[in-house]
Amino acid sequence: MFPNRTTVEDIENAAALAEVQGRSLWASARARFMRNKAAVVSLIVLILVAAFALFGGFFAQWERDFVDFSLMGRNAHLGVPSFETGHYFGTDNSGRDLFARTVQGTGISLMVGIVGAMVAVLVGTLYGATAGYFGGRVDGIMMRIVDVLMSIPFMFVLILMLVIFGRSILMLFIGIGLISWLDMARIARGQTLTIKNKEFVEVAVATGVHPLRIILRHIIPNLLGIVVVYATLLVPNMIIFESFISFLGLGVQEPNTSLGALISEGAGTMQYGTLWQLLFPLFFFVLTIFAFFFVGDGLRDALDPKDR
Amino acid sequence: MTFKSTLMATTAAVFTVVGSAAFAEAHATHPVTGEILAADQTFTYRDLDESPSIDPGVVEDSAGGDIVRDLFEGLMNQDADGNIVPGVAQSYEVSDDLLTYTFTLRDAKWSNGDPVLASDFVYAWRRAASPELASPYSWFLELMAVENVSEVIAGEMPTDALGISAPDDHTVVVKITQPLPYFPQMLTHYTTFPVPEKVVEELGAEWTKPGNMVSNGAYVLTEHVPQEKLVRERNPMYWDNENTIIEKVTSLVINDEDTALTRYLAGELDRTDIPAGQFPALQAEYPEDVMSVPNACSYYYTINLTDTTNPALLDVNVREALSLAVDRDIIVHNVLAGGQKPAYTFTHWATAGFETPETPMVSMTQAERNEKAAELMEAAGYGSDNPLSLELIYNSSSAHESIAVAVSQMWKQTLGVETTLGNEEWQVFLETRGNQDYQIARGAWCADYNEASTFLDLMQSESGYNDAKYVNAEYDALMAEAKTSDNPQVQYTAAEQLIAQDVPIIPIYHYAADKMLRHNVKGWPYNNFQQNWYARDLYIVAD
Amino acid sequence: MFSFVVRRLMVAVPTLLILVVLSFVLMYAAPGGPFNSERPLPPEVLANIQAKYGLDQPFWKRITDYIWGVVAHFDFGPSFKFKDRSVNDIIAQGFPVTLTYGFWSFVLATVVGVTLGTAAAIKQNSWLDYLAVGFSVGAQVLPNFVMAPILLLVFTLWLGWLPGGGWNGGEWPYLIMPVIALSTSYMASIARIMRSSMLEVLNTNFIRTAQAKGIPMRRVILRHAMKPAILPLLSYLGPAFVGMITGSVVIDAFFSTGGIGTFFVNSAFSRDYSVMMGITILVGALTILFNLVVDILYAWIDPKIRY
Repeated sequence: MFPNRTTVEDIENAAALAEVQGRSLWASARARFMRNKAAVVSLIVLILVAAFALFGGFFAQWERDFVDFSLMGRNAHLGVPSFETGHYFGTDNSGRDLFARTVQGTGISLMVGIVGAMVAVLVGTLYGATAGYFGGRVDGIMMRIVDVLMSIPFMFVLILMLVIFGRSILMLFIGIGLISWLDMARIARGQTLTIKNKEFVEVAVATGVHPLRIILRHIIPNLLGIVVVYATLLVPNMIIFESFISFLGLGVQEPNTSLGALISEGAGTMQYGTLWQLLFPLFFFVLTIFAFFFVGDGLRDALDPKDR
Repeated sequence: MTFKSTLMATTAAVFTVVGSAAFAEAHATHPVTGEILAADQTFTYRDLDESPSIDPGVVEDSAGGDIVRDLFEGLMNQDADGNIVPGVAQSYEVSDDLLTYTFTLRDAKWSNGDPVLASDFVYAWRRAASPELASPYSWFLELMAVENVSEVIAGEMPTDALGISAPDDHTVVVKITQPLPYFPQMLTHYTTFPVPEKVVEELGAEWTKPGNMVSNGAYVLTEHVPQEKLVRERNPMYWDNENTIIEKVTSLVINDEDTALTRYLAGELDRTDIPAGQFPALQAEYPEDVMSVPNACSYYYTINLTDTTNPALLDVNVREALSLAVDRDIIVHNVLAGGQKPAYTFTHWATAGFETPETPMVSMTQAERNEKAAELMEAAGYGSDNPLSLELIYNSSSAHESIAVAVSQMWKQTLGVETTLGNEEWQVFLETRGNQDYQIARGAWCADYNEASTFLDLMQSESGYNDAKYVNAEYDALMAEAKTSDNPQVQYTAAEQLIAQDVPIIPIYHYAADKMLRHNVKGWPYNNFQQNWYARDLYIVAD
Repeated sequence: MFSFVVRRLMVAVPTLLILVVLSFVLMYAAPGGPFNSERPLPPEVLANIQAKYGLDQPFWKRITDYIWGVVAHFDFGPSFKFKDRSVNDIIAQGFPVTLTYGFWSFVLATVVGVTLGTAAAIKQNSWLDYLAVGFSVGAQVLPNFVMAPILLLVFTLWLGWLPGGGWNGGEWPYLIMPVIALSTSYMASIARIMRSSMLEVLNTNFIRTAQAKGIPMRRVILRHAMKPAILPLLSYLGPAFVGMITGSVVIDAFFSTGGIGTFFVNSAFSRDYSVMMGITILVGALTILFNLVVDILYAWIDPKIRY
């Protein structure tokens, strides 16, 4: 479900190379990325999807929570997607405009993905950088903790948390972030171990700069490349993950919705002749995830010039 | 893998036995109606979830009740219309003060051949009330007002102080502490069913497993895989075995109702639930398979009247406006669309001996109601310049959600009220609502017995289920009076009018049971208000 | 090697303990008890029930009793919801089910995934490659709660070939749809990983040398390329296995298989603490075990790794 160790190793290799070859690599990486047609097209698709989520609302003829009582319960016949009624994507079971809801769902799914990935990246980077920078016993203990946490079935713990503390987007972010920072911490630690022997860090240490400042000012900026790649690969997994949580009914609350919630509702009703309820949200879901995958792969390949 | 192979072997054995039995009965006809019966008398139906227990003393949900009614038989049974008919008791007598019931038992047998003794009933009741068993349904015996029951449950008296005794093997005597006109009706409830004393004492908690369980109903338990299926088969020891037609009953646990419907349509089930809103489409396509009958529950929104609420809700005008603005017809016809009826009063319209009273709201059109609601809202000081914001909570379920979404939109479109919806998982929801930590909450009440007081008692000031914390001395007086009244309808009408006037709750609809029931399954008790069905009354006709 | 295994096992014990304490505290703090119902129970009835399950004891007593029961007697206590059964009963019934379809999904995903990935790598940039890549990305993206109802509609309702659910002791017709629904996304991931690692191996010098020597391609792949190429896959299999156990939540919901997935989710919703804890501990223990097995395999296949 999450970027596996292979990806992690690839990223590490890439970053190591980047480190060796210095700044110029970033320029050549950009050039390599631009040559990767799938990645570039995917990037454009992503921008379009984001635009849909941000500005699609202006094109909706109906408010997303407006219930058209005349369509309620009759959407198999009357809620068909149509330009005449203004319901471009048809309506859902409650007579709400699916276009407006898909716009909102896309937005929320993207947000869950991005914020979730950011939480993971932030926590993971700080943790990993700290462990790597201090090294020795601190490092040993901190990484043992990561090992221990990795053996906990967090999906189960997250379900427990959502059931127990009530479902909210905040809880979802915390839960998702908690699950996924562990890998990031390992990567960040590995990188920090190499960076901390660089001259500029040694100079900072020698001049008595506070360790926290060194981590924040010198180490973390140098981890940025690897972090971006990892985050790009994490986002689609977060979105898939959120859809699973929504399937369990533990995702975002009505009247808000997410692509996962819409798909799960659509999948339940597909046998009743309202296939559009499944297909439109699924289309955006698949599109987004495809695009993220390809962009992520493209970024990784661009940073790792090994022949593939 | 021994587990698996044993299971497969049992399944195979079961199939062989049933197969041959069914074959022998081919082309039989129904003894009364003369219809030609299908060769395979197997009835398979869907259950939403695994029942917490199938032990009569412990069972607490209605699906478990369906199973227990097939496996065990109490003193009384219900017929297809919900009237009481003799069960293990052939007859009973009531003392003049209406406090002592004497039952005479027939010669019934347990499935292992032992006679069903009066002492089995005594044992079962004492067991159900005992603190050791800690049955969640021991309160039912309190509802029945059996002598000393509260003390026994609280552990203050030994279980043999309970007001049930067996002077001889065929006589059961029950003492109650207040006259209850519907007492015999309550004996059809599973908590009062007998359990085989010898077997339970010998095996303890293991006694409910297939192979161990000894029962006195029309069926015996032959297979039970929790969260998958439960199979019960004809009990040849049952006293009315000749008139039982269905050979085998299987309940399958299928959590997802859409999946269950798919499997019904694929022919795997004989009965399943209809997902909310799908009734009209299914009725058009399978007119002979759909059924919708009144079901003894009322759906309402309860309004918190304590000081933890939104102060606006303490204004009766606001509450009435909210109630008026709910277009029940849309909820009933568009959201649910399964034969439910709009509710303007609390008690379910089909309750025995109850006539739904006229309240002002009933006779108005929705346009008039909306108009009046807007006026009331304005009188209360809320309008477009001062919109009211409310919170509405419900327990997670797509049907409750659809209704909450619809109602919040009605309030928004008619009154300009902004509603925040909160969906809470069941156990949390109950706690929130029970602690009055809400503004408006979903509620539903199902009848314990077929009489209006089962609904109306709920709104008494001291009732533990009165989550609105509605306090009205006049109401309490009416309900007390009804207990001894010759014609309680008078008090019930007045009570309903009080609710309509004070609006502690917003009744929304009265339930209907919508099911798909295969057209060749006959004998279903459509008129049984509580939808208590007995598989031995069913039969399957040849197509 | 031996000391490595011992060390890992020693980490496993505190991990499980943390898991137990964590979930116990979560449930202790949770609003809503297992015995709330639409109709609040009279206090005397509630008191009896709480006494029966030891809920009237203080926190420390409860948690130590629980841990002692698990450690000393392997007893996870009674189920709060299913009054007729203990947690051990429930796990003994549900777990073999999950394990059976989980095992077959795992086998299917690995075999098909590895074959597909290898084939795609050998015929890089051919139609087979594109097909494999397309399939794997598509399958990875389609959620299994969409796949499951589609399978049901097609194979049960329209074609009538397969039973729409149930387990029936694990007879094969009942296994097919759960296994397909559970395995496809993992199959896809495995194919992707396999393809990229095989490509990498095929480009290394020793394989090129082998090819140059004129050793047949089949032999080169099976004898020389397979082992190093499969190495990166191993680390994926641990999480994949755990993912399949978690995925049983969806499988059980759609196919009524009665595995531990349903029990877990339902127990969380109904506050059946003991069942919830039992399953969490079980899955935690399996996760640890599986990660350990993978690490040992890793060391065994790749002699460069030293612990």
